[in-house]
Amino acid sequence: MKASKVDKKTYYRGIPMMPYDLLKEVTIAMIAVLGFVLIVSAVLSSPDVPSVTLQSWSKADPVDFLTTATGELSGGTVVAGYGPPYNTGSGSVQSWGPLAPQSWAGVHIPVNAPNDFVIEPLTQATAGDSALASALSAYNSASGDQQQKWLANYTTGLGTATVASDGTVTVPSGDYGPVTVLMDRMLTLARSGGLDALLLTSDHFYQTDFTRPLLFLDDGGYIADLATQQKLIGSDWGVMNETGRYPGQAWLWLYTMWYQIPPFNSDTGFLGISAANTDLAVVGIMLLLTAILFLVPVIPGLRDIPRWIPIHKLIWRRHYADMRRRAAAATTPNAP
Amino acid sequence: MSSDSVPGAIDAAAAQPVGEDEPGWTAAVRRRVEKTLPITELLPTKQPAYIGSWVYVFGVVTIAALVWVVLSGVVLAFFGSAWWHVSSVGHFFNSIHYWSVQMFFIFMVLHLWGQFWGAGWRDGRAKTWMVGVVIFSISIGTAFTGYVIQQNFDSQWIAINAKDAINSTGIGGLFNALNFGQMYGLHVMLFPIGVTLLVVLHIIQVRAKGVVRPIDDPFQVAP
Repeated sequence: MKASKVDKKTYYRGIPMMPYDLLKEVTIAMIAVLGFVLIVSAVLSSPDVPSVTLQSWSKADPVDFLTTATGELSGGTVVAGYGPPYNTGSGSVQSWGPLAPQSWAGVHIPVNAPNDFVIEPLTQATAGDSALASALSAYNSASGDQQQKWLANYTTGLGTATVASDGTVTVPSGDYGPVTVLMDRMLTLARSGGLDALLLTSDHFYQTDFTRPLLFLDDGGYIADLATQQKLIGSDWGVMNETGRYPGQAWLWLYTMWYQIPPFNSDTGFLGISAANTDLAVVGIMLLLTAILFLVPVIPGLRDIPRWIPIHKLIWRRHYADMRRRAAAATTPNAP
Repeated sequence: MSSDSVPGAIDAAAAQPVGEDEPGWTAAVRRRVEKTLPITELLPTKQPAYIGSWVYVFGVVTIAALVWVVLSGVVLAFFGSAWWHVSSVGHFFNSIHYWSVQMFFIFMVLHLWGQFWGAGWRDGRAKTWMVGVVIFSISIGTAFTGYVIQQNFDSQWIAINAKDAINSTGIGGLFNALNFGQMYGLHVMLFPIGVTLLVVLHIIQVRAKGVVRPIDDPFQVAP
C-alpha cells in the first residue's frame, strides 16, 4: 500500500508526538505580525508620489507636451502605430516564429490617436472659439500630404521653440497652416485641466477607464523622465521597483531579471528572441517556469533535488539527532 | 430530528457519525467530511515532534499576514479608493496594507522554499503543493492589480509598462491594466476571494493529510 493511502496512525508510527495548540499558535502569529506591521507602518509609512496629469505635464514641460500632441495628430507616435489591442498598426506587435498571439487577438480597445487625442477633444472645445473652429475646418479639409507637411514643419519649429514665463510656447515663423492654432488650443486645454477629462474613454458621466490619457502620457517624454529620476526604467529593473526607498514588487525579481540579460535585451537576439519580442519571450518563460514549479512533485530529478542537497538535515536536525539517540539506546545493552 | 424524539430535546442521534447506509446527499457529504477531515485532524492537540522547526512557522505567519492584508484592505475599500491620499488615518491604513502584503510575500516565499527543501509533496501531498503554487501565482496577480489601482505615480508607471507585456500575450483586450475600474474590481473582489478560498483549501489539505514525515527518516516504518 502507498504511504499516501495509509491512515495517520500507521503513517506516524515510530514518530514521537508532542502537545500542540493550533489556535494558540495562530493567535500568537497574528499578534506578532500585526505588531511588526504597525511598527514598520508608523516608522516607514508607504509611498505615494502624486500622479501625473496632462495638466501638470503641459505646465511642467509644454514643449514635450506639444511635440507629443503633434506626433499624435500626425500618427507618428508609438500608440498611433501600436497594433492590437488598440489599432491595426504593427509597431508594437510581438511574435516568436509563427506564434503571434497579439495579432491573433485583434483590436479590442480601439484607439485612433489623431482623432481621439487631438481632433475630438478640440472639436468639443470649439464652442465660442471661432478661430479654433476655422483651424479645425482648414486642417480637416486639407490633403493628407499637406497636413503632414504642416505637422513636420511645426515639429521642427518646436525644436527651437521658446517658453515664456506664463507657459506660452512660441515657435519660429514657418509654414504651419492651422496647426499653430490647433496646438495653441491643445496647450490651453491641457493647462486648464480640460484635456484630462476629455480624454477619458467613456462618454458616460461616471469614468473608470483611463486607457486614453495613460496612453497619451506614455507617448510623451515627461513621465519617462520622471521615472528615470526615480530609477524606475527597465534597465533599473523596471516595474518591480517603486518610488522612494521601498521594496516594491520584489517577488517579480525573476520576471524582471530576464529583461536585463541577453538575448532579451539584445538587438541581434538568439533563437528568434531579442529586444523586439522580449515581453512575449519573458512572459512565455515565466509561464513555463511556473508550470514546472507546479509540476515539481511529478518531475523525476527535479523532485529528487531536496534528497540530493540535504538541507532537510538542517530543517529536521533535532528529529534526526533524536532518532540517532533512540537508535543508540535501543542497541546498547542495559541502557537506562 | 428522529420521529420518536421529544420536541425541544437534543436529538442525541444527530451528534453520532452518519451511518454507512444512510441515504441522501447530505449524508454522503457528511460521510465524506467525517472521513476526510474529522475534528481531531482539523483542530489537533498533538502533532509529530519534528514540526518543532522554524520552517513550520512560515506557513502560519503567512496566513496571519494574509488576515491583516484582507482586514486592512476591507477598511481601504470601505472608505473608497481616494481616501488614503487625503487622510492621514487612511494613509496609515494603506501602510498597514502595504507592509502586510510585503510580509505575506516574504513569509510565503520562505514557506515555499521550506516545503521545497523538505519535499513537502511526498506521500500523496502533490495536490497540496500544486494548490500552494496556484496561490502564489494568483497572489502575484492580486498584488499587481493593487499596485495599478493606487491612483498615484507608481500605478501610472507600472500600468503603462506592464501593458506591453500583457498585450504581447494577446490578452490585453481582456485584461487592461490601464482600466482602473476593471483592476479595482479584480483587486478588491475576485482575486482576494480566489486567494482566500484556495488558502482555506490548502489548510484543509494540510490538516487532512497531516504534516509529511522527514526525508529518509531512518525509523520510518514501511507502510
